Amino acid sequence: MAYSDKVIDHYSNPRNVGTLDKSKKNVGTGLVGAPECGDVMRLQIEVDETTNTITDAKFKTFGCGSAIASSSLATEWLKGKTVDEALAIDNMEIVEELALPPVKIHCSVLAEDAIKSAINDYRVKNGLPELEMAKSHH
Amino acid sequence: MLKLPIYLDNNATTPLDPRVLEAMMPYLTEVFGNAASRNHPFGWAAEEAVDYAREQISGLINCDPKEIIFTSGATESDNLGIKGVFEMYSQKGNHIITATTEHKAVLDTCKHIEKLGGRVTYLPVNAEGLISLEELEAAMTPETILVTIMYGNNETGTIQPIREIAAIAHKHGALFMTDGTQAVGKIPVDVIADGIDLMAFTAHKMYGPKGVGALYVRRKNPRVKVTAQMDGGGHERGMRSGTLNVPGIVGLGKACELAKLEMAADTARLSAMRDRLEKELLTLEESYVNGSVEHRLPHVANISFKYVEGEGLMMGVKDLAVSSGSACTSASLEPSYVLKALGLSDDLAHSSLRFGLSRFTTDEQIDYAINHVKEAVTKLREMSPLWEMFKEGIDLNSIEWAEH
Repeated sequence: MAYSDKVIDHYSNPRNVGTLDKSKKNVGTGLVGAPECGDVMRLQIEVDETTNTITDAKFKTFGCGSAIASSSLATEWLKGKTVDEALAIDNMEIVEELALPPVKIHCSVLAEDAIKSAINDYRVKNGLPELEMAKSHH
Repeated sequence: MLKLPIYLDNNATTPLDPRVLEAMMPYLTEVFGNAASRNHPFGWAAEEAVDYAREQISGLINCDPKEIIFTSGATESDNLGIKGVFEMYSQKGNHIITATTEHKAVLDTCKHIEKLGGRVTYLPVNAEGLISLEELEAAMTPETILVTIMYGNNETGTIQPIREIAAIAHKHGALFMTDGTQAVGKIPVDVIADGIDLMAFTAHKMYGPKGVGALYVRRKNPRVKVTAQMDGGGHERGMRSGTLNVPGIVGLGKACELAKLEMAADTARLSAMRDRLEKELLTLEESYVNGSVEHRLPHVANISFKYVEGEGLMMGVKDLAVSSGSACTSASLEPSYVLKALGLSDDLAHSSLRFGLSRFTTDEQIDYAINHVKEAVTKLREMSPLWEMFKEGIDLNSIEWAEH
């Protein structure tokens, strides 16, 4: 299968690979997927509590090129967004941006799940109620 | 100057040896006759070429030239052997024994046999990919007409104990068939010494052309017959109708002749290169050889690099043409059934690469491959959350994964 130029770019030069200190109260961590499925994404956000803005985002992904690109792109988009704006990111925007073929849509779904999961972790840590996962694709 | 990408997927197909092409050329041009035309020199020339190819092939596997049935390839040969025996010996029984690590051409044919009312036993394999002779013995019944077990596995290179398997089949009055696709031309295969009654093989895995293969069908001790699966002119002693692919058959013949001549030298060179590749890649932490190291085809290495996903790894080793046990192209993300049959966990099966070397592989290419794979694995591990957890001493089995 041929990958799009954008997938290749994110795979070759991944943005924001790394780890944030998950013990910090303003860091939310989402870990989604499963090793036996061939995809595990960990996405982390650091939030400025006064402005409710995401100041940093990091990822690590075990998966195919599309999974790595989806999570890399997600971290790029997250930085500078408010938490509410981040919640509005839809997996189909990732599909469009990276020109993912139908068999790789699940990679974008996983990235959306990772964003929501990281936000939920941040909310729970800060005494806010957990949000319902808006989508369940699985 | 090294040309990229480097082809190391020779279990999928091999390039055509220029000497094979040279032998084929006249039959693609001026010698175009139909080998079944008995009335003029055009037909005679074609028939002579086919007969010569039969001798070249029989010389490689130690059979009688008349025991070669030409087909379109190993898939057709597997189908003809299994379905043909099932139909021909239906009076005797309806039970077939095979193994879970067989090629789809065998497994799916066996599934078809089950739909026709046949009974099929799928033997499991151990961690090295070998079947148990005790389990085979226990599975034999008076209704067992055929045992079909591949010679060397396409994914791991594991070689089954063919002679022992054949002896057990014969002791119970069953025929023994083997899918010799990956083994013929690579290691010594002797149908008499091995006790093989039927064998499928193909040209394009041994530097011959695609679209031509053969089914060896024993003619004496015992005389084996298969029911034709295609109706027509009754070619190939009535077992496989269809005008013979003369240039392809000439190519298969030449490929067999070269294989016989060069097998010892090729084996020594390829196994040394394979061992070097493997030894170097195993210096990476948490990397494992899949399949048997002791009983293995000389040109194959299948290695899992834990905590790195195979398809992502393949993208990282873009300068190499290799295969992965990870099939992340469907929503089901099914890893290789062969590796799973060896008892590999899904994540380790997803993390595998298969290297298949050829007569044309060079030491320079192997050097490049070693560095390229090492770099890609290291880079992807830095990006892998599983690797980070492993390094922190977290047991991945203790995590409740959100399965999707």
